[in-house]
Amino acid sequence: MDQLLDLAWLIVAFPLVGFALILLFGRRLGEPAAGWLATAAMAGSFVASVAVFVGLQDRPEDDRRFVQTLFEWVPAGDFSVDAGFLVDPLSVTMTLFITGVGALIHLYSIGYMHGDSDFSKFFMYLNLFAFSMLMLVLGDNMLLTFLGWEGVGVCSYFLISFWFTDEYNASAGKKAFVTNRIGDWGFMVAMFLTFTTLGSIQYIDVLDNAGGLEQSTATAITVLLLVGAAGKSAQIPLYVWLPDAMAGPTPVSALIHAATMVTSGVYLLTRVNPIIAESAVWAPSLIAWVGAITALLAATIAVAQNDIKKVLAYSTISQLGYMFLAVGSGAYVAAIFHMVTHAFFKALLFLGSGSVIHGMDNDQDMRHYGGLRKLMPITSATFIVGWLAIAGVPPFSGFWSKDEILAFAWEENVLLWLIGLITAVLTAFYMSRQVFMTFYGRYRFADVRPEEISAAWSVRVANASAAVDEAQTQLASAEEAIAKANEKHESARAKLDSRNAEMSEADTADERAVAKATKNLERASGAVETAEAAVAAAVEAHAEAQRAVLAAQTQQEQVLSAAAAVGDGTDGSIFDEPDTGDLDEADFGVEVKARREYHPHESPWLMTLPLVVLAAGAVVAGVMNLPFSKDLHFLGNWLEPSLYHNEAHLSSGAGAKWALAIVAVIGGAVGIAAAVRIYVQRAAVAGRSRSPQTGSAVAGRDGSPQAEAAKPKYWASRVELPLFARGWFVDESITNFMGGPGRKSFDAVVRFDTTVVDGTVNRVGRWVRLAGNAVRRVQSGFVRSYALMVAIGAVALFAWFLSRASW
Amino acid sequence: MGTLLTNNVLANSIFAAEAGSAGGTFPVLSAIVVTPMIGALVLLFLPNNRPEYFKQIAFLFSATVGAMSVWVLTDFSTAGAAEFQLTDQHTWIESLDISWYLGVDGISLWLVVLTGLIFPLTIVGVDAEHGPKAYYSWLLVLEAGCMGVFLALDLFAFFTFFEIVLVPMYFLIGKWGHGERAYAATKFFIFTMSGSALMLVGILSLAFLNQAETSVLTFDLETLANSQEIATNTARWIFLSFALAFAVKVPLFPLHTWLPDAHTNAPTAGSVILAAVMLKLGAYGFLRFGIYLFPEAAVWFAPTLVTLGTIGIIYGAIAATMQRDLKRLVAYSSVAHLGFIIIGSFALNTYGLEGGLLQMVNHGLSTGALFLLVAMIYDRRHTRVISELGGLQKPAPKLAGVFILVTLSSVGLPGLNGFVGEFLTLLGAFAAHRWWAVVAAGGVILAALYLLWAYQRVFHGPAEGANAEISDLKLREGLLLAPFVVGIVFMGVYPKPVIERMEPAVKALIAHVEEHVPDFSEPVADVIIFNDHDSPAESGEGH
Repeated sequence: MDQLLDLAWLIVAFPLVGFALILLFGRRLGEPAAGWLATAAMAGSFVASVAVFVGLQDRPEDDRRFVQTLFEWVPAGDFSVDAGFLVDPLSVTMTLFITGVGALIHLYSIGYMHGDSDFSKFFMYLNLFAFSMLMLVLGDNMLLTFLGWEGVGVCSYFLISFWFTDEYNASAGKKAFVTNRIGDWGFMVAMFLTFTTLGSIQYIDVLDNAGGLEQSTATAITVLLLVGAAGKSAQIPLYVWLPDAMAGPTPVSALIHAATMVTSGVYLLTRVNPIIAESAVWAPSLIAWVGAITALLAATIAVAQNDIKKVLAYSTISQLGYMFLAVGSGAYVAAIFHMVTHAFFKALLFLGSGSVIHGMDNDQDMRHYGGLRKLMPITSATFIVGWLAIAGVPPFSGFWSKDEILAFAWEENVLLWLIGLITAVLTAFYMSRQVFMTFYGRYRFADVRPEEISAAWSVRVANASAAVDEAQTQLASAEEAIAKANEKHESARAKLDSRNAEMSEADTADERAVAKATKNLERASGAVETAEAAVAAAVEAHAEAQRAVLAAQTQQEQVLSAAAAVGDGTDGSIFDEPDTGDLDEADFGVEVKARREYHPHESPWLMTLPLVVLAAGAVVAGVMNLPFSKDLHFLGNWLEPSLYHNEAHLSSGAGAKWALAIVAVIGGAVGIAAAVRIYVQRAAVAGRSRSPQTGSAVAGRDGSPQAEAAKPKYWASRVELPLFARGWFVDESITNFMGGPGRKSFDAVVRFDTTVVDGTVNRVGRWVRLAGNAVRRVQSGFVRSYALMVAIGAVALFAWFLSRASW
Repeated sequence: MGTLLTNNVLANSIFAAEAGSAGGTFPVLSAIVVTPMIGALVLLFLPNNRPEYFKQIAFLFSATVGAMSVWVLTDFSTAGAAEFQLTDQHTWIESLDISWYLGVDGISLWLVVLTGLIFPLTIVGVDAEHGPKAYYSWLLVLEAGCMGVFLALDLFAFFTFFEIVLVPMYFLIGKWGHGERAYAATKFFIFTMSGSALMLVGILSLAFLNQAETSVLTFDLETLANSQEIATNTARWIFLSFALAFAVKVPLFPLHTWLPDAHTNAPTAGSVILAAVMLKLGAYGFLRFGIYLFPEAAVWFAPTLVTLGTIGIIYGAIAATMQRDLKRLVAYSSVAHLGFIIIGSFALNTYGLEGGLLQMVNHGLSTGALFLLVAMIYDRRHTRVISELGGLQKPAPKLAGVFILVTLSSVGLPGLNGFVGEFLTLLGAFAAHRWWAVVAAGGVILAALYLLWAYQRVFHGPAEGANAEISDLKLREGLLLAPFVVGIVFMGVYPKPVIERMEPAVKALIAHVEEHVPDFSEPVADVIIFNDHDSPAESGEGH
């Protein structure tokens, strides 16, 4: 069976060949052939992994270690590194789930990426990623692991910014790579230290001889590797890139940012367990505390996220924290166990979320979901399995692995256990929240959204005030008309007076003159009458205009108070149908109409099949490592050769273990129950109902009449604290720092360069202006004069030489 | 041309060639230096009315040199890499024991090959914008000078070539450059000239002081290196004069400010050759003439130089981050990259020196390719200002693909060439000056920052206006970049053939230092454990 072990190279060769083929022929292959090719490569890699697994298992337990060397990679003096693979239980376990879950995600992607213009490029990156990931776990030395380590990082960069025309995606990709590089710095320095003390960075040499390390050196290596691991596995303080990484296509989030790449930190720390064992006790404690605090912090943030993928991203950070907690507590088996079960259920959850997003017209906001259970039966059923697994409900897989971690944490430090338990409660809570918001409750996709309601009201308010303005303009012109009519009236009157005077002065003897004056007089008095009528009409019009203004103002007040009463149509929760007041279809745009006509759909079988397989895994993966007897500890027994007897052993008796397990189950139940109470039963805040005083009383206060109306009525809005929603402001602070003092200090360096360093040069330059001028004159075209200069110089040189040499 | 100096070189080299063939073997190294010179002369005598032939002829000559450099590579004996091979020595000025002495060993081999290949690629790939005759002539003179520097084993010959290099580059920047080309060319000239003026004093002092001690006047590199008769303090002063000349060329902080100006304003070919070949003259000089001639002084100055190198790594990276012009950005990234070479070289151990040498070749490949790529962007958009570019990946995916590959090579991604060199220099520095290496390793974070940020701003985001309409890589451009891409991948995956050919020479250099500096021993792994687990480490001590 040893021949099977010789197939190890095939595990990485398959995806590498897949990558190369798609690189060369991708465009010709197109959709879906490129996807099938990539999937076939992964399947081939999985088969090779199984073969190697069988071959390794066939060996006696103390001989389950096999090195396959391909060629000398970097031979520099006594630093010599091979391209070779270390096949041992740990690496084989990793390859099995990487290739297995990986193949399923590849298959899923064929459906998910359907119609994308860069379809084949996507699969090229996926295969390159798989290759790098497998190099990471199979590399027989730290440098080769580092190759995979940076390789997965760069593939992650490519895939996060896959839809690069969007600036946000591009930034997210860069952020991921740069943040990871901070961790890589730690990894590199750890390699330097390892090599300069042990003389090798080949795992076999390093691990077998770690016992000879001084404690301080081992501690330094551990801490440096922790820095590296914290970058890749998104732990405090380097976790900030992972939530942004959700900008990539969802299968990427499932494969890279949940199941495989982000677990490399855990793999690395597990791999070097003999070094951790030699370090000062505070080093593993540090790992445990980093993990525990990360787990708790990320869980609190997950509670208040509305983006379906962001919840899962913070959940991933939190679960990785559990794995670090396990590693720090010496529970390497539990860490790997949780890594594998997590790969199943988190990949499942991510792919499920992708299926939802796919079915919901690429909307990722859970507030817009609701009631999808019936519309997407397979997705929801499998998602629910994933939820139960991560929430720690027995007998789903997550229960077993999480329980084991908590048991070890209990023995390490009660406080660590308590943090782990609180995290478990929060996990059950936010995952239930996600399930309820997505699959249960009212179907909300067709709802008019708060921002749309607000916008419609703004339009109405604007219209009303425009009407008021219009009426007031009318009023003003009516006033003007009155003034004009009055003026006319005045002048008519004046004319009448003058005609009267003419009349009285007229010579009564002159008939003709009298007749003319009389006629004039009549005409003038007629004009006065007309003018009087015009004035009356103008006054009437003015009164009309005044009424119109009043009416418009009343209307405006009504609209304002209606807008204030309705606000954005919600009361801070998603439970009730939005209150649109007397808004009607005409007030809303075409988007609303399109949404009302949209029919969410279940995804094609290419996507649901992987969901079903992963769900099966999420149910049964727990049997890998059942706690009931040593014989059922399959994973533990299998990994033993890779752990150098550094695995901690539980000293608590069976009773204590049962008690811890029961407490953990109760914790999960509390989390779920709370979510049911808040999100299903819609627990209301005591003493508040839909507030009567919303409306005119607060309308118009600092321009936000809606402010008061949005006050929460339900507990849901009370637990989703802004502090959590904005991630404890960590990311914002970093961004502010980088954009502020960080950028300023960089600018200062550049200013220093131009003013001080180069400035000095230019000042010196001015002193030697003569020389400069001479050269510049040459530059103006007299090439020969320069040549002459060189010649003269050479002659002078020779002359001097000869004079010196003569004695 | 027809200057006295060149005539001397030519006359002697022709003589050398004859003598060599009389001996039965073709004097390939002399031919490598002389062929471009002949090419330049041929160009000068060509009639001006047939400009289309200038480029072809220049390419023919440089390609011949390229072929000969490959021949040198195949003829090179790895086992004897510590010795100077294919040597070719002829008396030049007998009274001063100055000779035309060329030879190649593991230290210079790859630089010769790099130079031999870069020049024809640059000549065929980048057209002269005007004045092709003079342009190609100067390029060929430049090639001869660079080759001469890498091959010369006589201090006088070396200095001559070192100076010759200045002239064509000065004219290339000044006449064929852009923007403030006169300022940039003058700055370049004055910087390097003042550096080498001091070196000349150093060379003469060394020769005559050595004569005073040994009563033999010679400029022969090996003889002087093995003599080591000069007083320690004096040697340090002379080393300093050499070091200044090299530090300017490298360039080492704080003598780097000519580089961004020169790079930005130089024509494309100038930038490529400046980055790929000319910056290596200084780095190579440090190894061949600094450490070899003055081992004690090199050890004594090593901490200072490693410090300056480390500052350069961080400082260059920070400055690169804030640049607005792509070419300036690449120029400052060179300051950072060359910093790695310096800390590796002055770690004075096998990994560091080999890493430094590798990095010289790597930097030539990746920065050379970067300048070509920037030029291709400039051809399409007529701007190099980063903020005016954007979204280019959409209209030009292939250009973007090669750009990101080269960028990642420059970032030091494992599997590509940049990583191996960078890692070895840092490892070497860690063994020798631990804390500096820890700081310098921070440079890899900054490299990712400035290069990927630049890539994002140029290639990602929406493509608008003129940016949306650029064309993708043309076949000719693809063929030009192909050798760089192949080199970048090959040296990342299988650097062994490169490393093993330099190793004997590097070890000999370290042994030389150990021999002449009593309390110096190679700072290597402080191995506390050795086991026989088919471990590659063979020099451990005890269990």
